[in-house]
Amino acid sequence: MVVDLIFLIFLAIGLIFNTLGVIGILRFPDVFTRLHAETKTTTFGTIFLGLAVVVYGASHFFGTGDGQYIVLSVHTIIAVIALAFTNATGAHAIARAAHRSGQKPAEAVVDRLAEVNP
Amino acid sequence: MIDAWFFAVIVLAVLIVLSIVRLILGPTAPDRVVALDTVNTLTVASMILLGALYRQVIFIDVAIVYALLSFVSTLYIAKYLGGEM
Amino acid sequence: MIPFILTALFAFIIYLLLTAGSGELVLWSGPELAMGAFLSLVTATISRGFFCANRDYRMANPVRWGTLAAYLIGPFFIEMAKANVDVAYRVITGRIRPGIVRIRPGLKTDLGVLLLANSITLTPGTLTVHVDEETNDFFVHMINIKPGVEQKETADIMDVEAFFSFPRWIRRIAE
Repeated sequence: MVVDLIFLIFLAIGLIFNTLGVIGILRFPDVFTRLHAETKTTTFGTIFLGLAVVVYGASHFFGTGDGQYIVLSVHTIIAVIALAFTNATGAHAIARAAHRSGQKPAEAVVDRLAEVNP
Repeated sequence: MIDAWFFAVIVLAVLIVLSIVRLILGPTAPDRVVALDTVNTLTVASMILLGALYRQVIFIDVAIVYALLSFVSTLYIAKYLGGEM
Repeated sequence: MIPFILTALFAFIIYLLLTAGSGELVLWSGPELAMGAFLSLVTATISRGFFCANRDYRMANPVRWGTLAAYLIGPFFIEMAKANVDVAYRVITGRIRPGIVRIRPGLKTDLGVLLLANSITLTPGTLTVHVDEETNDFFVHMINIKPGVEQKETADIMDVEAFFSFPRWIRRIAE
């Protein structure tokens, strides 16, 4: 069935990107590059996991007509939007705190912020 | 389809354990906060999947509240590390 | 008075979204609607001072919300997909050339700065580290700086992004 296939593809994309994010935080050399891996890939992966749940809920709603599935989809959309916004802002806060607490970016070729705000 | 949900939740649990490795290794406090943030995101994702698996909307409501609360705690830790408190 | 009404309306819409499907008055039950109205009035009484802090009512216009939705689904999502393929490539190969550059987007409102900072954080190889509150300059950590960019005093926005000009979209939404 087509819907099952779409749902499995979304689930697989989500899991692959979440795995890459975790490998990134284990592998990269300093806190800024780790934040790159963590913020982008886990947010994107979680958006796709959410999309898989939305597709599942919508297909069951049209199959059975049970209103519970549409509630599931709407709440998942709200959770994913909240997560995407808070993740980006939290990453910004951690990066700023790391720079203020004296961490310098490793292997950096340029650091304009250190000239202004040492 | 149930098997796919279970498989995904188990993979996420393994990923959470791997992030905890970074949480223990460190080496500095901001690195640990990054690892903690990853654990929070993965927890929210697995709560959403469990909500779909057991057809319980309350799991997803808990996930929304968990995301917002973990955001507030991350902001407070970041403010503390930046020397603003 | 206007901040009070806007805050109450916003809180009530969020409440309606969270409780959709609870009864048969369209989608909501009677007690749920009454409780939502009461709670949104309480919320508005407490937080009217900081929800519309600088008396800026631009976002009450629904056209701006439509533009925001179009921006999130179209350009933003494409850039985000590209960012993830890029970061995946760097995670696997470990080929990085990091550094912090300064860009000057020329935005004026707080909401515009927030949207651009979050967009930059979620798109290719860039992460907002600091925003200068007087000039609204951004300090962006890039994972892979193109050769030559590190010589410039302020990097161009097109050195940071690739396809779309985010500041132009953001100005349409928030200014």
